[in-house]
Amino acid sequence: MGPIPTEEEKPAGRQRVSKPGKEGGVGGICSTCNQAASCSYRLKNEGLVIWECDLYESYETPGVAKIAEKYEGKPGSVISILEEIQATYGYLPPDMLKELSEATDYSLVDVYGAATFYKSFSLKPRGKYLVSVCLGTACHVRGGPAVAKEFERRLGIRAGETTADKEFTLETVNCLGACALGPVVVVEGHYFPQVNPEKVERIIDRTREGLDKIEIEGDERIFPIEVSCPRCNHSLMDAGHLIDGYPSIRVTLSFGHTHGWLRMSSLYGSYNVESEYEIPKRTIVNFFCPYCHAELRAATACPECQAPMVPMIVHGGGIVLICSRRGCKGHMLDFDGANI
Amino acid sequence: MVKFTLNGLEVEVEEGTTILEAARFFGFPIPTLCYNEALSPYGACRLCVVEIGEGPKAKLVSSCTYRVEEGLKVRTASERVIKARKMVIELLLASCPQSKIIQDLASAHDVRRQRFKQEYEDCILCGLCVRMCEEQMMAKAIGFRERGERRSIGTPFDIKSEECRLCGGCIYICPACQLRCTYTEPEEAICGGCANISVPCVEKEQFDDMMCYMEPCVACEIIDSEK
Ligand code: SF4
Ligand code: FES
Ligand code: FES
Repeated sequence: MGPIPTEEEKPAGRQRVSKPGKEGGVGGICSTCNQAASCSYRLKNEGLVIWECDLYESYETPGVAKIAEKYEGKPGSVISILEEIQATYGYLPPDMLKELSEATDYSLVDVYGAATFYKSFSLKPRGKYLVSVCLGTACHVRGGPAVAKEFERRLGIRAGETTADKEFTLETVNCLGACALGPVVVVEGHYFPQVNPEKVERIIDRTREGLDKIEIEGDERIFPIEVSCPRCNHSLMDAGHLIDGYPSIRVTLSFGHTHGWLRMSSLYGSYNVESEYEIPKRTIVNFFCPYCHAELRAATACPECQAPMVPMIVHGGGIVLICSRRGCKGHMLDFDGANI
Repeated sequence: MVKFTLNGLEVEVEEGTTILEAARFFGFPIPTLCYNEALSPYGACRLCVVEIGEGPKAKLVSSCTYRVEEGLKVRTASERVIKARKMVIELLLASCPQSKIIQDLASAHDVRRQRFKQEYEDCILCGLCVRMCEEQMMAKAIGFRERGERRSIGTPFDIKSEECRLCGGCIYICPACQLRCTYTEPEEAICGGCANISVPCVEKEQFDDMMCYMEPCVACEIIDSEK
């Protein structure tokens, strides 16, 4: 736990950056807009401020008061507010916790307590790439700790720390929901399955070179894929029910008090779904494996709408991530990660 | 009104009463540590365990937080309760042997040995100070932070709190930090609070890891002014 950061450590996110070339951003990383945490430009770009970005229009990040306003009168909202601040700035700037306590009924003690209680919150600025090494039971027995050690050795930092060049933040987590692929390492939303200490160096190098996310815009390919549950590895294909002429992908879904099946087209690039219940547009739904009943939820946020992503293993290697928000077309296919 | 059985005695109390309150009212002693009448119950120390239910369904609950229910059967001193209570005290001794309150508890409940690795914690996370600060002093200057092994109590960011009025309520109520006023070597600390005439925290460095949220500390100020 460090002291409140000094002036220059404060995020520049809230102030408008007027001229190209002017310094801004947290630790040399662009955080000018409210998509900063998941912005793919930001993740790839070297620059302090990214000008060619199309999300740039919305670069004026909402202040704490604005975020808190949305939750006014809703009890127990402190975590949602903190989540939103973290998503916006990539971490929880200490002075914002103070602002939050002033803007709401929560005392600083409560806010700070919640912020330090949950592992997903960070009080320190994170590096450009967040490396999460899974130490959950399944990954642990398959050698997760050795992988974590190797990362610590190679990066010269300990879990929970950020490298001096602000490139990497290393953290250990307890289960990323892809046990069948263990030991799992996730770098900025990219899943690396069956990692062993020998692969660590390559993962770091690959990350430095830039992980190419194949995102749907610009990815016009349409082809069928076969997927299985990342947790129990059971195939999710339903040959008895065709969509687009191909076996559909069947999962269990739940939103509010409604639970039922959802069948999706297995054509990558097609958004045809059939569902037991009508899902209202823009709702975030929870996906579950119909076999092991584990929730399918990745550590990654949708690059388009910030909702949690749903991971599935692609037969033949790789992971596909789809957005859990109805109507959002954010999804990505990660073949490369598998071939490390 | 709720009717229930307390150690075989049919009693009736007002709804919402906790087992601890009822037992004390009817004269059955239950030891407590993290409980204070003036503060909301928190259930952290588990010293106040009692047994409820019967047969295989019988279980131990913390009486300071458990509210009586119609027909409940409560035993405050069954064999199982005594055993659990002694274990709690033994564990408390293992983590914070220098506390007079814990030493007294051990002697009152005939706990003669301590079989665990000896530690000298300066906080047992009973939360009395946190509740004191919030509920009696209306300040909310200190609170719990982190979780699991790293859980601790203190001010946000570990810096001087703007809320703190230096009332000293946290130190007053703390069952663990009497070391401040007893002795500086935890291994040799034998409580002798009353025999102690000078405040040992003058030697500041030795108190680095003591619980003291006050900045400046009232005691230190008095001593400074006497110099
Ligand atoms: S500082 Fe003292 S009163 Fe506060 S939680 Fe720790 S032991 Fe209890
Ligand atoms: S234990 Fe590592 S993903 Fe579940
Ligand atoms: S007095 Fe009941 S748990 Fe501490």
